[in-house]
Amino acid sequence: MSVDKEKIQSILATDCGSTTTKAILIEKIGDEFRLMVRGEAPTTVEAPVEDVTRGVINAVSEVQELAGRPLLEGEDIIKPQRANGDGVDIYISTSSAGGGLQMMVAGVVKQMTAESAERAALGAGAIVMDVIASNDGRLAHQKTERIRKLRPDMILLSGGTDSGNIRQVVELAEIITAADPKPRLGTGYELPVIFAGNIKARDEVKKRLDEKTALVITDNLRPSLEEENLMPARLEIQDQFLEHVMSHAPGYKTLMLWTDVDIMPTPAAVGYIMERIAKERGIQVVGVDIGGATTDVFSVFQGIFNRTVSANYGMSYSISNVFADSGMDNIMRWVPFDIDEKDLRNRIKNKMIRPTSIPQTLEELMIEQALAREALSLSFLQHKALATGLKGVHRERTIADAFDQTASGDTLVDLMGLNMLIGSGGVLSHAPRRSQSAWMLMDAFLPEGITQLTVDSIFMMPQLGVLAQVHPEAATQVFVKDCLIYLGTCVAPVGPGKDGRQILTGKISLPGGREIEVDLKYGELQVIPLEAGLTANAELNPAKGFDLGEGKGKKIETTLYGGVVGIVLDGRGRQPFTLPKDKEKRIEKLHLWADALNAYPKK
Amino acid sequence: MAVAYAPGLKVTEETIIHAERRLPLAGEVMVKPGDKVSHDTVVARTFLPGDVKPIGAAGQLGVEPSELPNIMIKKEGDQVKEGEVIGESKGLFGLFTSRIISPADGKIELISNVTGQVIVREPPVPIEITAYVDGIVENIIPHEGVTVKTFATFIQGIFGIGGETNGVLEMVVNDPAEELKKELLKKEHEGKILVGGSLVTMETLEEAVRLGVKGIIVGGIGDQDLKNFLGYDLGVAITGSEEKGITLIITEGFGKMAMARKTFDLLNLRRGNMASMNGATQIRAGVMRPEIIIPIRDKEWVEHKEIESYKGMVVGSTLRIIREPYFGLLVKVTSLPVELTPLETEAKVRIVEVELQDGRKIILPRANVEIIES
Repeated sequence: MSVDKEKIQSILATDCGSTTTKAILIEKIGDEFRLMVRGEAPTTVEAPVEDVTRGVINAVSEVQELAGRPLLEGEDIIKPQRANGDGVDIYISTSSAGGGLQMMVAGVVKQMTAESAERAALGAGAIVMDVIASNDGRLAHQKTERIRKLRPDMILLSGGTDSGNIRQVVELAEIITAADPKPRLGTGYELPVIFAGNIKARDEVKKRLDEKTALVITDNLRPSLEEENLMPARLEIQDQFLEHVMSHAPGYKTLMLWTDVDIMPTPAAVGYIMERIAKERGIQVVGVDIGGATTDVFSVFQGIFNRTVSANYGMSYSISNVFADSGMDNIMRWVPFDIDEKDLRNRIKNKMIRPTSIPQTLEELMIEQALAREALSLSFLQHKALATGLKGVHRERTIADAFDQTASGDTLVDLMGLNMLIGSGGVLSHAPRRSQSAWMLMDAFLPEGITQLTVDSIFMMPQLGVLAQVHPEAATQVFVKDCLIYLGTCVAPVGPGKDGRQILTGKISLPGGREIEVDLKYGELQVIPLEAGLTANAELNPAKGFDLGEGKGKKIETTLYGGVVGIVLDGRGRQPFTLPKDKEKRIEKLHLWADALNAYPKK
Repeated sequence: MAVAYAPGLKVTEETIIHAERRLPLAGEVMVKPGDKVSHDTVVARTFLPGDVKPIGAAGQLGVEPSELPNIMIKKEGDQVKEGEVIGESKGLFGLFTSRIISPADGKIELISNVTGQVIVREPPVPIEITAYVDGIVENIIPHEGVTVKTFATFIQGIFGIGGETNGVLEMVVNDPAEELKKELLKKEHEGKILVGGSLVTMETLEEAVRLGVKGIIVGGIGDQDLKNFLGYDLGVAITGSEEKGITLIITEGFGKMAMARKTFDLLNLRRGNMASMNGATQIRAGVMRPEIIIPIRDKEWVEHKEIESYKGMVVGSTLRIIREPYFGLLVKVTSLPVELTPLETEAKVRIVEVELQDGRKIILPRANVEIIES
């Protein structure tokens, strides 16, 4: 980058998504960076335009109109900013256009190297189309056929620890060679294959793959059973993404010349900013981006970042999958009225084939939000299954471990230790009332103990992720001030109980000296208003058998953060969370909770 | 006058179609520009690499992988026949001979001294691409395919299943609101593309397959029926590869929905003509809708300006409502207010004011209507 970081006063950032290109303008106001305006335009990767820069220019044109000063000169971005204020100092971008980065990964043991390879690919921002493993139960010719049929953008081959034998990983290389794979975007170049396996196998892998593919070799992502080293593979994937994949997508060669730093795959940028925020604040975070086709879940627990993509759960293109995998009963449990299954099926399919339509009636909105709860919940389940400690690691067990029952391969996701839940995507960011977003997040993720709830106002995490590479302070300032909308704090005692039993007492001291006595019964939702930016001190006493983080029945003293919804005391139980089986009672509860949250207008 | 854009489906009486026909891999183009082609003319062909048959040879012969190359009778690149002995090891004193037999006709692609694996590749599989529509070869895409140009009636559906097919178009109902019932199907419908009205059921589809009907075009289908017909719940709208023996295109949506009058009348106008249809639907980036192309012969070709498609929504435009509570109704635009207006859900959106056929005026989100483009 040619511009001195200290001299940066204005930043233009775009995210070229599959359907929309979003542009934001960030400027330094006094000592801090703030979001000024945003604009968007349809992405133009597909025919008839077939040039991504057209969509970028259109989105930037909207930004320049709203900002009231020129950012473009003809079709060039004015850089650096001129003395008269025209232009910007830097331009950066992320991209997921054209379906993003689609990869296949391969490893020897499904639960070990193949799973590490999957984590590396997901962390680099890819959609993993399939995971091939020596022990995945498929015959060699079935694997060959699968590779040939899927036509990924790239393959990540791992396998074997550095001290292990090389036979199986070489066999995987032979399978890939036999498939003679062709890249998805055009036939004019070789498919990139990244080898990140046993270092002793490099020569043999090279002999087999060098001729037919664009082979790149990097550090073993699982040098030993006890160690996972994903970063070199992740970075190599991103390099190859730019060099091979992006440069073959229409218009990207030009776009790459415009940007001051490398274009990042959108999810990789989101992961980067989340990892950074978690680290800076010393907190554990779960983030979700629910789109039309896919749902991405990100988490940072114990300082370890994980990302998963549920490629077939979304709110429009993939909405039928949510119904198919979740089922009628699970969806309708969130809805306070009856609907015939045939009718619901047709409504869902009609949303799938006309993905841009929106709910016009309250009933339709409730159905859509019920589907969102299930899509989020299913995606989170998938995330928990992949965000794990290393499997296959031998651990010495002590007596304490035997009681604790933690074993290698357990999920890293610890809902009690979770500090902040960040939701984004249309159904969460644009819900007509913010309390609806908070309710959906609580129902889908079932946070335990004390958890701050937020939504990303306009999904600018991608742009902030790439900005963090250039100017971390600016990215953090905008993230905290402009990106997040603070909904409030969820307080959820964990434990089983009976309706009406008192499960939480205590005192919440609000700013201005007002004190609120807490009296929460099992099965209740209560909301205590507390504005965004304000905090309250709380002394909370969970009843016997209930835990708020310090142990069953143990008092906690904590700070609760305000938001547009406020403090939500969630007495609906955790582990298990259940809804009444009886339909009448369930509907009555749904109405009571909606009233408590003031979630829907009264008819 | 206010103009808004709402995406719609093309229903065009006369247009010039440029059908791109591409091979999945580089190959040979069989026609030249200006050639007159029929829908079943082969325009390009190639060979896909054959399947591979891996053999765990070292294991079967009881030798180390490193010894394998020395005891193989056939070497890398050699042609082999199914059942042929391709490798052999002798046991102690030359007794107990073990053999490796080729599992298929083909070529030895690999003898691995690391994994002990032998890979036999079967002969290449020929792939041919036809013209799909009756027309004239317009352009050649070297080594990849052609563009076929034709003057035709062009109709897009909203959703379909099954791939490309061709057949003579036949009307089976008299009214767009009439259901395509099983009893309406006859033996003489074999090889034809049938046009129904508002609904097709699984029972009718199965009967059509039994009779050898090539395709069905109809207003709607119940999702439960579609699931039962396919044998699985369709998760995402990426279709075209179903092999159910028939291609289905729905023009309006899921549920019982009368076919738009204009679509119905146009299909009726072209009854008896050879039609090409493709149910392939992809509703994500790079939207692909199912299509019906009915080439028109003996008429002067007129290039209709594409600009007509972008006319947009204006007062007086006819729209189709694509979401509950008025789903499927056809309405006329009476006003296009600029300001954001709250819905019952409290979401503030751009709306359009429309008149129902009974004269009532209602408001709708602009996202919930589409123009039937012409």
